[in-house]
Amino acid sequence: MLAAVAALLFFVPIVALLVDAPWSSIGAVVGETSTGDAIRISMLTSLAATALSIVGGIPLAWVLGRTDFPGISIVRAVVTLPMVLPPVVGGVALLLAFGRRGMFGPSLDAAGIRIPFTTAGVVVAQTFVAMPFLVVTMEAALRSFDARYEEAAATLGAGRWMIFRRVTLPLVAPSLVAGAVLTWARALGEFGATVTFAGNLPGRTQTLPLAAFFALESGAPERAVLLSVILLVPAVLVLLATRRTTGLAR
Amino acid sequence: MRRLSLAIAAFVALAGCGGGGASAADRKLVVFAATSLTDSFERIGRDFEASHEGIDVEFQFAGSQQLVAQLDQGAAADVLVTADEVTMTRAVDGRLVTGEPVEIARNLLTIVVPRGNPMTITGLADLALSGVEVVLAAPEVPAGRYSRLALARAGVSLRPVSEEPSVKAVLSKVELGEADAGVVYVSDVKGRSAVEPVGIDPAHNVEATYLAATTAAAASGDAASTFLGVLTEEDAQRHLTDAGFLAA
Repeated sequence: MLAAVAALLFFVPIVALLVDAPWSSIGAVVGETSTGDAIRISMLTSLAATALSIVGGIPLAWVLGRTDFPGISIVRAVVTLPMVLPPVVGGVALLLAFGRRGMFGPSLDAAGIRIPFTTAGVVVAQTFVAMPFLVVTMEAALRSFDARYEEAAATLGAGRWMIFRRVTLPLVAPSLVAGAVLTWARALGEFGATVTFAGNLPGRTQTLPLAAFFALESGAPERAVLLSVILLVPAVLVLLATRRTTGLAR
Repeated sequence: MRRLSLAIAAFVALAGCGGGGASAADRKLVVFAATSLTDSFERIGRDFEASHEGIDVEFQFAGSQQLVAQLDQGAAADVLVTADEVTMTRAVDGRLVTGEPVEIARNLLTIVVPRGNPMTITGLADLALSGVEVVLAAPEVPAGRYSRLALARAGVSLRPVSEEPSVKAVLSKVELGEADAGVVYVSDVKGRSAVEPVGIDPAHNVEATYLAATTAAAASGDAASTFLGVLTEEDAQRHLTDAGFLAA
């Protein structure tokens, strides 16, 4: 019974979104330049953030899951902090680190690199909040399987990279897919850190969530609803496409 | 165990007495006001509570367009104060407010730069120079509308690096040193040590009009009207002009 009520919490808003959406205006909204821009920026940045999260997250997960050193629990805590930090706080922290007056401000300035207010800044903000999801998923996966497979490969003469590529990776592949999907979803939906660190500019940093927020308050709630529906589409598609690998299908 | 329950009882009693003298019997007056009014309205609110026994004033400050959107979605407020006519008209058209809106203050715009004016901005025209990172309020925010009007009057065409959801957010970005300049209200710069104002040519400047009205959903209608009346009286007007606003 309780499960049914809990399920309703998810079903009702999604159904309401689809039912109440002003479908007749969808052509007009999708045709607007700012909508196209928001879709393009959202897709580009969320995929880039996911890629970065995988490239950086797997080694990090490996170190956390397979090695030990004094202070490892602190490293783990700090790496997973963005998961519990309010996103806006994350944005402020990023500004204080990579902003003009931040810790790395002068060095970035000297190198001619500017991160806030750029699309790259959106990617940084999204990676900051989303990578922990990949690290946590992968760390659990790397810990959980039998190390003897790798040992066997080693005794048969395989080098470390070969072991990783041919033995470890295939075994953790389902977790990697699940982690990547989670990471991508988090990056796609990111708002607080993005608006604080990267700012909001249609065509450069305004992602779909930002566009929906600003549409809502400019007295165009219908546009906000349609933008939200657009956001739903890739999310549902990816969830459906990966359900076998993530074990969500029976 | 006895000691603990006594301690808890004492704590609860104390907690009940706290909160600036507010008790469960106090009526709550919820005021939605534009962010630029934050400091002055908090002082006006304290005066109002002191002179009107039994009323507890609660403020919600946000961009005027956000407040109207929230009222539209059913938020409970008694008084709405916007920073321009456009958002108040939206509220009137949406039947979110009752009665005739009253003008309670005016404001002028100013350019704001980090203290020391590192990019040596001298006026609106300088904002369009390449390399100057300018932050403006989003077009649907009153300050955003006014800024763009002033820029148009000055014949300056610029692309900001970010469009913020409220005028205070513009101020923050400049205070943090992230933006080289922003356009905010004169009242926003008063007393902020991390920034300094750069004047806008009076011929291009835009006068903002602050309008106040009681909401249709007001729970305490008479308290709301009383508050509205107080806003145009001498004491409240003094708080506003002290904060950098122009009198109504």
